[in-house]
Amino acid sequence: MTIEWFVILSALLFATGALGILLRRSPMVILLCLELMLNAGNLALVAFSRMVGNGQGQVFAVIVMVIAACEVVVGLGLIVAIFRRRLPLDVDDLRELRG
Amino acid sequence: MEEVLFFLAAIGALGGAFGVIAMRNPFYSVLALIVHLFSLAALFLLLTSAFVAAAQVVVYAGAVMVLYVFVVAYVGGGGESAWEPIPGQRFLAPLLGIALFVELSVAVLSSSLLALGEDGADVKAGFGNPAAIGRLLLEKFLVPFEASSILLLLAAVGAIVLAARRRHEDTPSERFAREELGARGDSPQPPHRRVASEEGVSS
Repeated sequence: MTIEWFVILSALLFATGALGILLRRSPMVILLCLELMLNAGNLALVAFSRMVGNGQGQVFAVIVMVIAACEVVVGLGLIVAIFRRRLPLDVDDLRELRG
Repeated sequence: MEEVLFFLAAIGALGGAFGVIAMRNPFYSVLALIVHLFSLAALFLLLTSAFVAAAQVVVYAGAVMVLYVFVVAYVGGGGESAWEPIPGQRFLAPLLGIALFVELSVAVLSSSLLALGEDGADVKAGFGNPAAIGRLLLEKFLVPFEASSILLLLAAVGAIVLAARRRHEDTPSERFAREELGARGDSPQPPHRRVASEEGVSS
């Protein structure tokens, strides 16, 4: 398979993640869609790393994974905090800064 | 053989991605994301990056998804309201998604990267195995490696601070004050009110 296919698939996955963020309102599903977009970026990084034939893109794919884990940890902590305060888990209701 | 594997994994990845955004129940969305992550790991293997594929399965599909499953089970999946703040959001959003895909594809395919249409550079046998990645991480990319470890530590501490229960919340006088004053939920109370309520209990 040529590298093009992988990059096009990555673009398609990224667009799917962005579509999910535009469509859904639950903060949990929005976090999942962020994961989709980060993974699409990872796929592009690894594909380009294969294209040029050195491992630097793979190193940054690993670092993107770490950053995604950080984002998940903080996001899920926020969701648990929102749930504890009995606020609605809906990003349209949560648009004011004062709780 | 490679084409068959690629298309199987691509169908799995795309199906998982569409499952994430189409499922009503967040629990099923998490399961669809696990399918997506496993398919991506297969794609990484096709790109001869074994370490990234292993890390994807162990870290993502293992650890991070367990975290998601726990939080979904704790919070519970509520149905989303049908109310749309922007009229026609359900029709505008797919248009924007398609536009984004077309734009990304045009940007990639019209670039002057001639090697895009090839199978990739010739690589040695040890390309992408843990030894090669570890050598790169600890020699050439030591600073990003350490920075990401500090970021991970900060995120863990921040998540504990965000999600921790208030320590002084469950004393009896606090509970009494909350019920008496009709404060809603377990929202934190301003300090003056808390002092006043404790005086009321003791008198």
